[in-house]
Amino acid sequence: MEEQRLIFKHIDAPGYTHDIDCYLKHGGYEQLKKAVTMKPEDICAEVTASGVRGRGGAGFPAGVKWKFLDRKSGKPIYLICNADESEPGTFKDRQIIHKDPHQLIEGMLCSAFAIQAQLAFIYIRGEFFEGYRILEEAIEEARAKNLLGDNILGSGYSCDIIVHRGAGAYICGEETGLIESLEGNRANPRIKPPYFPAALGLYQCPTIVNNVETLCDVKHIIEMGGEAFSKIGTPGNTGTRIWCVSGHVQKPGYYEFPCAALTLGELIHDVCGGLQPGRKLKAVIPGGSSSKILRADERFKGKLKDGTEFDWGIEDIPMDFDSLAAVGSMSGSGGVIIMDDSTDMVEALANINYFYAHESCGQCTPCREGVPWMRKVTARMCAGEAREEDADLLNDIADQIAGRTICAFGEAAAWPVQSFIAKFKDEFVEKAKAQASRRKEGKPAATETTLI
Amino acid sequence: MELKPETLEKIDRLVPRYPVKRSAALPLCHLVQEDLGYLSDEAIEWIAERLELEPINIAEIVTFYPMLRREPTGEYHVRVCRTLPCALGGAYQTCRRLEEALNVKVGHTSEDGKVTLEFVECHADCGKAPVVMVGETEYTEVGLEAADSMAEKIKNGTL
Repeated sequence: MEEQRLIFKHIDAPGYTHDIDCYLKHGGYEQLKKAVTMKPEDICAEVTASGVRGRGGAGFPAGVKWKFLDRKSGKPIYLICNADESEPGTFKDRQIIHKDPHQLIEGMLCSAFAIQAQLAFIYIRGEFFEGYRILEEAIEEARAKNLLGDNILGSGYSCDIIVHRGAGAYICGEETGLIESLEGNRANPRIKPPYFPAALGLYQCPTIVNNVETLCDVKHIIEMGGEAFSKIGTPGNTGTRIWCVSGHVQKPGYYEFPCAALTLGELIHDVCGGLQPGRKLKAVIPGGSSSKILRADERFKGKLKDGTEFDWGIEDIPMDFDSLAAVGSMSGSGGVIIMDDSTDMVEALANINYFYAHESCGQCTPCREGVPWMRKVTARMCAGEAREEDADLLNDIADQIAGRTICAFGEAAAWPVQSFIAKFKDEFVEKAKAQASRRKEGKPAATETTLI
Repeated sequence: MELKPETLEKIDRLVPRYPVKRSAALPLCHLVQEDLGYLSDEAIEWIAERLELEPINIAEIVTFYPMLRREPTGEYHVRVCRTLPCALGGAYQTCRRLEEALNVKVGHTSEDGKVTLEFVECHADCGKAPVVMVGETEYTEVGLEAADSMAEKIKNGTL
């Protein structure tokens, strides 16, 4: 299947470089020139009409987010680009930052003009050392050409961009945690209400936080108009998505398609070259490690939002926001993790639990205490001390975290546990039984692990 | 404690760009750490004073963010991603191979101070697992053979 690239149009194209001259040669900054002659509210209307949903994970319509902006407070308005890309399985923003940074800067400046922000930030994860240098350089290139800074292109509009580096904390991808971090604090997320960034964000001023890919979409919305953009994909699932495929496929990588243009099966087999020879599909985590796992031999039955009934096998699921939500998971950040039949599900969950226990900010008790507890249980199971009742214990802990924390990290940590137990409980119980029988035979209970 | 003139220059350019001084706390931690290798008590006090904050305001972020360090690393700082996509690609085996070849346990610095080996969480390059960073340079698809040659180059100082 042929990709249909919009955001990644130039990425990896022969001869395409990340400097401003190359970008300008390919029609760069034409949309910014157009944007500064438009009325800011008209750009917002185009973004709303486009139906574009946030590409960071939650899938919230960007136009609606912008509508919540408190424009009457008299306080400065800020735009923040969330370039913390840290949901395991996701690696699309990295490509834009490293290979097409001006597309992001142009998208940001168009968006900043639309919301009338005069200062914007790119919060980039600390591990992107090179990406940070590339963005800094790109910003100075744009400034030298009066595309950024004071009185942009003589329009009277001024906006600067500061690149701000994170330092290895996953929670900075949560927008209020990011804002705390940008203010120079620990990244403890804020409670909503009242701290909706659009009203009380950075420095208690109205703030819009958008993902890298979403901000790039804005550039294309200005170019083609909101209505034309909304025709890509299906109603409610507009535009393209960059699916980041990792794990047990022959050709992992990033692939851009219109929303709903292909099924999960087509993505795995036609695009990613299928599994390794002799292997069978066991499970897929479709939207970054916090999304709920799908089991390969499940039947997914139900009704879509528009009332259409569906009855799908895992490979029939269309890759879009609503279909993945309808089967009980989510498209999240677009990180699709494929697991074949060589995968030990207890070890896979132990690996995920280790991640979330490492990343909990520690602010809310259920998360601070519960997530490391889940990590301990799964680590113990892998170390040869599994108990048959562990699956129920894990589920019980997860149930007491989800919905009881300030931010969505509680769900992000609970969903993998709840879904692994719901779909693969038999393997958790089997592990305990197998260890008990090995112990009876006088052998070591634990076997060698590969994922933890 | 003495910072290089270019570090001081970067700091002086950076601080006034922020509407609120405190926002420069994390960037200053990065700059000072890059200069000195880690953040000592003295460094924390210096950053606090520069931003008109209390040392505890800096200490609390230094102890929160995994990339900020209270101790120096070895000459080579090797970070192996162990998160699920890299693990599915063999990251744990890669790390074990590095442990053996470099004679250092993960989470520690070798006795000769040559190398610090650490597990880290997802570096957002999961399509090229396993991912290993050495200093600020990223290496991808580091399987067992690549791990051997990486260890060899670290040992003879050519990486």
